[in-house]
Amino acid sequence: MSVDTEPNVKQILSEIGAPVIVFDHVQLAFDDKVVLRDVSFTLLKGHTKIILGASGSGKSTALKIITGLLQADAGVVWVNGQRVDELTEKQMMAVRTDLGMIFQEGALFDSLTVRENVGYKLYEETDMPIADVDRRVEEVLGFVGLGEHINKMPSELSGGQRRRVAIARAMAFKPSILLYDEATTGLDPITATTVDDEIIKLRDIERVSSIVVTHQLRDAFYVATHMAVRGPDGKVVVKPASAEKEREAEFIMLRDGLIIFEGDADALRASTDPYILQFLS
Amino acid sequence: MLSLIERWLKSAALEAQEYVRLTRDALRAIVTRPYYKHDIVEQFDAIGWGSLTVVLLSGLFTGAALALQSGQTLDQFGARPVVGRLVSASMIKELGPVLTALMLTGRIGSGIAAELGSMMVTDQINALRALGTDPIRKLVVPRMLAGFLMAPVLTVISDFVGILGGWVVARFTLQVNSGLYWSSVTKGLYMEDAWMGLIKPFVFGFIIVTVACHVGLRTTGGTAGVGKSTTLSVVAGSVAVIAADFFVTQILMAVLY
Repeated sequence: MSVDTEPNVKQILSEIGAPVIVFDHVQLAFDDKVVLRDVSFTLLKGHTKIILGASGSGKSTALKIITGLLQADAGVVWVNGQRVDELTEKQMMAVRTDLGMIFQEGALFDSLTVRENVGYKLYEETDMPIADVDRRVEEVLGFVGLGEHINKMPSELSGGQRRRVAIARAMAFKPSILLYDEATTGLDPITATTVDDEIIKLRDIERVSSIVVTHQLRDAFYVATHMAVRGPDGKVVVKPASAEKEREAEFIMLRDGLIIFEGDADALRASTDPYILQFLS
Repeated sequence: MLSLIERWLKSAALEAQEYVRLTRDALRAIVTRPYYKHDIVEQFDAIGWGSLTVVLLSGLFTGAALALQSGQTLDQFGARPVVGRLVSASMIKELGPVLTALMLTGRIGSGIAAELGSMMVTDQINALRALGTDPIRKLVVPRMLAGFLMAPVLTVISDFVGILGGWVVARFTLQVNSGLYWSSVTKGLYMEDAWMGLIKPFVFGFIIVTVACHVGLRTTGGTAGVGKSTTLSVVAGSVAVIAADFFVTQILMAVLY
């Protein structure tokens, strides 16, 4: 089934609460090392899925399977109504037009300026006029608060600024799904909060569905328990989320390639599982 | 011991398979859209123009040393005036293509492996794919085209400056008359030699770049992995050039002469 040939699918998927990513009994092993044993979850439109777990638990691997950077050994993966586990690299390019990924450490292209990095996809892979691309780049850099760094090279930026440029690059082509792979790892708490704020703003202001992979609890709970609203003056403010909004962020805890917990922030806090308690402590 | 050999054979077969796959995909990408024209121009500049100094210097000194050495040997037969013939034949058929290829392996082979290797370990290659760009089209094809087409150009330049270097030594050290040297250079040249000297660098340029791209794109293990890839690219590229020289020479001799 293709989204292009099924207009109804497109319409259904654009509604809040529609399943935009479905992971169904996915398994992956590298030689003898099993990374994902049997993982199933669903990301709903406009919601956030926070995947927690220790290093090597298979969190980043799950994201790479969604974007088609890795192929699962077994199981089915649906992205925006398309079954991606059986697509070729060429066919996957079409699916990626609606998927943005923020890599660990940013993965910015060191030989390109911030402007070229952020506008990369629009400059290289679309026919959008240069002036329009420039305008969009300036707009997204303004959104992440880095407008004045547009002509710098990535090496001239701090760690937090690099992550925010990576977010700007992923959102520049307006994807409806963003995947964050350890976007705040290695950052100090204050800088990490600025990155978390961007994740929240994108979810609540731009209505982007997101999967946040992290092992940093502080950031995971911050994203789950805060929301962004636009004030009467047009300014976006991040504030504690309402109880209903909080429930839209779901946690998944991975251990040895299996999901050992799935639920909202309150359920996670109330868990009595010894491993989860140790993780939370 | 047996499992060690088995593991080595498996990994060698995997490398060969991946190399063939990369080459096949790159060749397919050359004849289909999209093209990254800016990157192609950039690579022609980096690989062609950027290697000129190295090729000029190595060609000049090789020709000069060749004239010195062969002058001494030719003296034993009283044949010093034909030094030009020896220099031109050696430079055009063998030394020009092989030495230029080896210099290119050191310069661009290592650079490509280090650049692509760093991009691999920092997830930049995955980022390219996630942004909808095929890394083979964006990174391999421009380098492959530049290596394939610039190696022959650089070889011709190297041949010329090598013969020029030979002339400097022949004229000022061996005291051979200039006219005699240049007529000997042209007399010793046959069309078949020129073809051999011109066909070989196409093969070498292709090998150097594809080996470097393959090694670079298979890099794992952080910065230490990048170092290993860079070394491997130069070693494997040099050996492949010298081995290919033997086989291509044999084939061309059978076809041309």
